[in-house]
Amino acid sequence: MNSALHVGPLALLQSVVEPAYPLFYTFHFYLFGVIALASAIAFVTRRSPVAAALWLVNVMFSLAALYVMLDAHFIAAIQVLVYAGAIMVVFLFVIMLLNLGSPDELADARGKWGMLGAGALALILLVEIAVLANAQVPVRFALPRGAVEEALAEKGAVGVVAEPMLREHLLAFELVSILLLVAIVGAVVVGRRRTHAG
Amino acid sequence: MLAEALALSAALFTIGVIGVLTRRNAIIIFLCVELMLNAVNLTFVALSRYYGATGQVFVFFVISVAAAEAAVGLAIIIAIFRHKQTVNLQNINLLRG
Repeated sequence: MNSALHVGPLALLQSVVEPAYPLFYTFHFYLFGVIALASAIAFVTRRSPVAAALWLVNVMFSLAALYVMLDAHFIAAIQVLVYAGAIMVVFLFVIMLLNLGSPDELADARGKWGMLGAGALALILLVEIAVLANAQVPVRFALPRGAVEEALAEKGAVGVVAEPMLREHLLAFELVSILLLVAIVGAVVVGRRRTHAG
Repeated sequence: MLAEALALSAALFTIGVIGVLTRRNAIIIFLCVELMLNAVNLTFVALSRYYGATGQVFVFFVISVAAAEAAVGLAIIIAIFRHKQTVNLQNINLLRG
């Protein structure tokens, strides 16, 4: 650890010092952030489920771009392949299978109380955003400056994630494979057509 | 960029929560949950830049759990649709008594 770090309660109040970013980087970070936010708003206001799902794919792609800018290349690739690719395609399959492409005649939005509750919650969460914008991240547990970049250059984009996953979190990794198996079997059992014979 | 990423993630999570609270289409609500998971993933990735790659391992697990959740949840939605011919949550009130 860096010897300049203070020990004691004050250390939690020190924030991580961020390096100065070039304008190119900052511009694209804000660009993809605005795209993600605008797509999310478009997603939540669409009436048609297909349009909503496609806007959500847009959100996921811009989040993948942000992951690349945050030095998480492997996660960005997984985001595009698994999330935007596989999971959203399953959603679109189900929407088309159930023929939900057109908006319902029934009112999709909830009544007055649902809107009021959502509005109140939005206010509370916006206050939380204002707090987060001044986030003071404790420096005590932070890695020394440049450690992440060094590890990335040394082990590669996949190795950085794979090493802690297959060493410290091996049990969780194996449990996830069991979870996926259970989910597959469960989905087949729940989704199959039941006959009267059994 | 850390504060901006955290603020964006909070905003995306807020939008997801608002969607869950204001919509009645079960599939849209499901998609809103996925949006909330994505917002949390952004927080993990942004903080993993300063606290090591364990955050990215958690993102990997979150994506796996989201895939499992999507498979089972969509199977349940298909089963409900087969039974009720609708995915509007207003008409799905078997447990309301």
